[in-house]
Amino acid sequence: MGAILHTVNKSPFEKNSLQTCLRMSLPGSSILLIEDGVYAALAGGDAAAGLAAAMQDRSVAVLGPDLRARGIAEDRIMDGIEIVDYDGFVRLAAASAKVQSWM
Amino acid sequence: MTEQQNTGGTVKKFLYINRRAPHGSNYAQEGLEVALIGAAFEQDVAMAYIDDGVFQLKRDQDTSAIGSKNFSATFRALGDYDVRKVYVERESLESRGIGEEDLMPLVYEDEDDDWEEKPLVSVVSAAEMRDIIDQADVILNF
Repeated sequence: MGAILHTVNKSPFEKNSLQTCLRMSLPGSSILLIEDGVYAALAGGDAAAGLAAAMQDRSVAVLGPDLRARGIAEDRIMDGIEIVDYDGFVRLAAASAKVQSWM
Repeated sequence: MTEQQNTGGTVKKFLYINRRAPHGSNYAQEGLEVALIGAAFEQDVAMAYIDDGVFQLKRDQDTSAIGSKNFSATFRALGDYDVRKVYVERESLESRGIGEEDLMPLVYEDEDDDWEEKPLVSVVSAAEMRDIIDQADVILNF
């Protein structure tokens, strides 16, 4: 099977959607943080260690418009996470065999 | 009606506990609006921000690219409605990688001190927040 794009749209501080995504995603897959999921990308936050471990073998991106809506500047995001816009979201989805939404 | 009812009766201490992030659901905006309505009726209103609720007060929110209303500007009205107590739990900030300097600089004008602008937000410990909750007459959760 081809690589999956995993999206996470819930805050890691409120729901375990990100944890489950990290547990259920294979090496080589992509993870995109959207909506309240973007809070996971904050450097220094409690979700950073889990994401950093996943970045060893998976690519992680975050949706820029959702960061800006929440007042999070790009320089507050963990190193190694790519910031994409809506076009980037579409490109990631088109490049993946399927999209799995962890809600 | 009695005189007391005409004047609105007893003033109670209302505490609004806000624990949700601002844009993923309506809870945050609804909580703020209900608190402002309570304050307009001259109740003693205090706001508490715990867990993801602390993200509601994050400065520099700009929702222009996600097609939803940026209600964060409405927080500036709290001081105008005589809300004097906005408490933010320090532990919630720290576990989320943000700090007091990331919060909107909300102020109120102190009528007893020549209308000087004073800070509205107090960052408090979990222990202090426990006491604040204990001392409220009425607690509403959003």
